[in-house]
Amino acid sequence: MIKNEEKLAFVNFTAQEIVSHVRSWFIVFSLAVALLLNLLPLQGVALLLRPDFVALMILYWGINQPQRVGMSVAFTMGLLMDVGDASIFGQHALAYSVMAFIGLLLHRRLRIFSLHKQAPQVGLLLLSAQLIMLLTGLLTGANFPGWDFFLASVSGALLWSLLPALVKMPQRRKPDPDAL
Amino acid sequence: METAPQFFRHGPGPLARLVFFTLLSLLLMAIDTRFKYLPEIRQAIAVAIYPLQKLAHAPVAIYDQVSGFFVSQNQTDEIAHLRQQHLADQGQLQRLLALEAENVQLRKLLEARQRAESKTVMAEILYIPHDPFSRKAILDKGSQDSIQPGQIVVDDAGVVGQITRVYPWLSEVTLITDKDHSVPVQLVRNGLRSMVSGTGEDGTLELRYLVANADIQQGDLLVTSGIDGIYPPGLPVALVSKIESNAAYAFARITCTPAAGVNRNRQVLILLPLLSIPERPAEPIETKPDDKKRGKVGIR
Repeated sequence: MIKNEEKLAFVNFTAQEIVSHVRSWFIVFSLAVALLLNLLPLQGVALLLRPDFVALMILYWGINQPQRVGMSVAFTMGLLMDVGDASIFGQHALAYSVMAFIGLLLHRRLRIFSLHKQAPQVGLLLLSAQLIMLLTGLLTGANFPGWDFFLASVSGALLWSLLPALVKMPQRRKPDPDAL
Repeated sequence: METAPQFFRHGPGPLARLVFFTLLSLLLMAIDTRFKYLPEIRQAIAVAIYPLQKLAHAPVAIYDQVSGFFVSQNQTDEIAHLRQQHLADQGQLQRLLALEAENVQLRKLLEARQRAESKTVMAEILYIPHDPFSRKAILDKGSQDSIQPGQIVVDDAGVVGQITRVYPWLSEVTLITDKDHSVPVQLVRNGLRSMVSGTGEDGTLELRYLVANADIQQGDLLVTSGIDGIYPPGLPVALVSKIESNAAYAFARITCTPAAGVNRNRQVLILLPLLSIPERPAEPIETKPDDKKRGKVGIR
């Protein structure tokens, strides 16, 4: 089992671009950018289709850097989103922590797949967070918001295959001209 | 696990953490919904994310500035039109001033309490939160501009909502379309008083518990009645758009559309001072006053 995993990780490693060690400030920065994108003043269809960038970023780091971004980061980001979104204090926090937990459980499995195959699974993870938010919303007496509420998960899954390229862009190593 | 080297130790396991965070967030939610008790933490977080909120609004602000810079032909037309409108309004305003003066005199004669003139603060909607469970908006004015919870937000056409949370530089408005929000209203045509409540959907309000034979027609204008002491009287709230009376139910199903348009314009006015309410006359101790509900009208 261990051998197999090592082999897979190795295959994966060569397939990916070699990225310099991710710095902590970069993770913080990317989460801040995600929060910023979530707070953009959008309206109507754009607001419905807008993926939850914070959830996506938590999943991205949770899967790629599980030692550093886990449930505590997810919980903290959830509290920030709760204030930003004017929702019940703890709603996003709960949803993100559970989502990060499932992400942590599955991160080895997910990394085996190619990005396009990861996308639907990530969509399901995003859906789990939305379901928890829906459940808490309904329990506190809100109406069912309509099925288009779940469009955000779909758009998030679609965005997933582009996300690594976007995140890696600023941290790619400059090619060394003296290297072989 | 004791023999594991430092590298493999990561504190408590994922399941333990999940349980911890789940319990913590459930606790926070319970405190927030039942006791409304976490303003300090919310305030601190609000201050922390304020730069991001402001930054997210920057594209809109830049667009405004740029589009304001280029005065195009149709805007000169608009200016001409507005000048005409201004003249017409001026005439009406003068009549209003005369009426006001007359009113003051009459009120003096009647020794009536003068209605408090309300000051206003202009605010801009920063963004509409993507929370499908409530209808709220974030304004760019907060406690630094002497905004307080409970103040009324209006636009040029009518009531938008009520301030429910205040941060140092931002505030949250609960829109009248929010499911838990109600406004005491009065029909302009015949003075019938009722409450209009939000439905949780954009652009629909509901007149609940109005008897099926009530004198109400499609197109009736509802204005604030002012009996709650929070909303100043006479502000337009909604237009009756649909009446369904079914003999099977005691109440008619009356749907209204809000007069104000939150999606139309971004500038709103916050009415600053709450009306000064005359002190409640001393009540006999035996009868228990059950005015709790009335005192809370409109506040979530």
